[in-house]
Amino acid sequence: DMAELLKIKREFEEFQKEYYYTNREADENREKENQAVTQIQSWFRGCKVRAYLSHLHKKAIIIQKIWRGFTARALSYLNVTFKLHKNFCNPTQIQRTWRGFFVRKYIHNFYARKKYMEGLVMKNELVRRELDQLEDLQKRERDCLDMVKEHTAKVYQAHRLHHLLSTKQCPGVFNSPFRPAPHEMELLLRQQVKYQAPTRLASRGKACLLGIPSSTSSSFPVTLGSPLIKTSRTYSSRPILPPIANKTQQGLYREAGEAWEQRLHCRELMLCLQTSYMHLEEAQNQLRELEPVRLRFVQEFSVRPVWIILLDWIQYIRTFIH
Amino acid sequence: MSQRHVVQVFEQYQKARMQFVQTVADLANRPQNIELLQNAGVMSLLRPLMLDVVPSIQHTAALALGRLADNSEDLAEAVVKEDILPQLAHSLALQNRFYKKAAAFVLRAVAKHSPELSQAVVACRGVDALVLCLEEFDPGVKEAAAWALGNIARHNAALSQSVVDAGAVPLLVLSLLEPEMALKRIAASTLSDISKHTPELAQTVVDTGAIAHLAQMILSPDTKLKRQVFAALTQISKHSVSLAEMVIEAEIFPAAMSCLRDPDEYVKKNVVTLMREVVKHTPELAQVIVNCGGLEAVIDYLGNCHGNVRLPGIMMLGYVAAHSESLAMAVIVSKGVPQLALCLSEESEDHIKAATVWSVGQIGHHTPEHAKAVTIANLLPKILELYMNASSSEDLQTKSKKALKSVLQKCTYLPSLEPLLYEAPSNILKHVVCQFSKVLPHDSKARRLFVTSGGLKKVQEIEAEPGSPLQEYINAINGCFPEEIVRYYSPGYSEALLERLDDYQPA
Repeated sequence: DMAELLKIKREFEEFQKEYYYTNREADENREKENQAVTQIQSWFRGCKVRAYLSHLHKKAIIIQKIWRGFTARALSYLNVTFKLHKNFCNPTQIQRTWRGFFVRKYIHNFYARKKYMEGLVMKNELVRRELDQLEDLQKRERDCLDMVKEHTAKVYQAHRLHHLLSTKQCPGVFNSPFRPAPHEMELLLRQQVKYQAPTRLASRGKACLLGIPSSTSSSFPVTLGSPLIKTSRTYSSRPILPPIANKTQQGLYREAGEAWEQRLHCRELMLCLQTSYMHLEEAQNQLRELEPVRLRFVQEFSVRPVWIILLDWIQYIRTFIH
Repeated sequence: MSQRHVVQVFEQYQKARMQFVQTVADLANRPQNIELLQNAGVMSLLRPLMLDVVPSIQHTAALALGRLADNSEDLAEAVVKEDILPQLAHSLALQNRFYKKAAAFVLRAVAKHSPELSQAVVACRGVDALVLCLEEFDPGVKEAAAWALGNIARHNAALSQSVVDAGAVPLLVLSLLEPEMALKRIAASTLSDISKHTPELAQTVVDTGAIAHLAQMILSPDTKLKRQVFAALTQISKHSVSLAEMVIEAEIFPAAMSCLRDPDEYVKKNVVTLMREVVKHTPELAQVIVNCGGLEAVIDYLGNCHGNVRLPGIMMLGYVAAHSESLAMAVIVSKGVPQLALCLSEESEDHIKAATVWSVGQIGHHTPEHAKAVTIANLLPKILELYMNASSSEDLQTKSKKALKSVLQKCTYLPSLEPLLYEAPSNILKHVVCQFSKVLPHDSKARRLFVTSGGLKKVQEIEAEPGSPLQEYINAINGCFPEEIVRYYSPGYSEALLERLDDYQPA
């Protein structure tokens, strides 16, 4: 009650005094504390900002580092490739370098020229070989044609001189007995066919008179295609006769004269049949003549039925008719 | 009775005329009879017989006249003087083919001797008549007419122009296509005669498409035809670049080289002449021919033939080498220089030697490589000898000098230059010494060789006026060697030493 009130009043006064004292202290300290707080806060803010700034700084340094490296490298590449020094900046130098390059690569190309010379040598060699071959071929053709011409002339000659062939009795001009072997003309003559008059064949020209038998034509590698010779196949219309020399016969045949002689001298022996083919009938007839007639007749007229006798009688009359 | 008698008189006369004309024609075949016939006054007798009633007498008389004119120029002039030509030209249009052949023969025989006679033939309108003959069917008549036109056109450009104006060229090109070989030959030879004078004439021939037909006939088996065809192509291509290009476009080249192995030497010569005319114009054309291996073929040709026919081959190599140094190198690589050296030593004619020397000069004058190839073949002493030889012609001497100078100015191969030091006259010596003075300062081995082979001694012995280029070169050479060596080799050094010995007092 009152004590409490007093207490409270006292407390209240104390509280007022305390309040007043604290407020006065606070007021006294406020400025100081304020300053202190501001200081602390400002220092902290400063720290924060500094930390932020240094963070930014570091990052900026990294970026700038990278960028500077990049540009520097690009520049040095340019430097190296284009020698970007004072000698190269002017256009004359650029033109000079370009012209030198162009001329060496395209106009006076050393390697191309070298290759060309080597190619030329090879081509020359090739041309020479081909020309040699061609010349050979032409020469062989010409030689062949010449040979053919010569041979046809000789064959024609042989054909005209067929009569000079040597016979058994008398050796011909080209087959002299003093020679080891007959002359080639002799061989040609032997191959010839007998001369035929040229009237019918004149239209076919010289060709048909060439009796070239197949044996000589096979010895030529080239078919006779020259304009002189129409093919010897037209010749096959006239057959060549076989030589007359005797061929040995097979078996035991006798000479023609022998058989004739024998026929003259031993006529009976010549007949191959000992008996004539009518022998049986003749023998029967002879027998019939020799047997007595009566016996036959009796035999014929023995006891027989009448019609058999009539038949016999008809038969007997028939023999006289035939 | 009397009618028969009268007719007999005429028949006898006709027989007599026929016999006379035939005998004269046979006699005119042989040259020794010509003068006798001329003295006997055969011309005035033959002239009325050409107007005879009987056609066979006419053409035999014309034949006789032709043979006479063929063999002697006086008779040909007499033919012109007696005014037989207008008569012939006139009747060429009218008569049968035997007469045409004989009359064309007369015109040909007259025209072949000289340009004036050909002009006379042209003046009497013979050319028109001959061109009319070219349109005939008979190949013999065409051949005779073409031959006569060829003889007329051969002499000079004006006559060729008159032949062309008469319209002969298309007809000649048509006759090229005929199957008869003789006609083809004559047509080709006439075309070559026409086109040889001026580029315009050649152009006219080309415009009618002759090149294609001529090109087709290159590979024919007939030798004389090939000769004429190649001659015609040569005459066409020699005038200008465009004509040569047209000939090349006909693609004759790899094929024509097979004709270089033909057994006939005139075919080969004409092929090589064609190659020369084509190569002469531009480097590109030369390149075309080199690329098909033409150099090899020509060098083989030079190896196989002898004498005058080598000339076109040699000139061809010279023309090829003259265009550029790569072509000259191509000639060297195809072994042209040894072949030319062989030609130089084997041939004795001056003009062939001059051509060889010129070709060698063209090959060697481009670069030191080329000059080296030339000197290795030991050509320089030979050329020097030709230059010094008093019996060589002017042309040969001039060409040798030019070739020597041009090759020497590029020659750096010293061992081959040394023989020249000894023999050359002063104007050549100047160049030799100049070359030494260029090479010696840089090459020590060469200097040693120069000293040991006696070259330095020789150089010292050369007398030159002070201040002349020769003296300067000598000084330059002397400057390459140490003083003692120069003094050692100077002439009279041994005497100078001995003199010093005389003055020397032993101490």
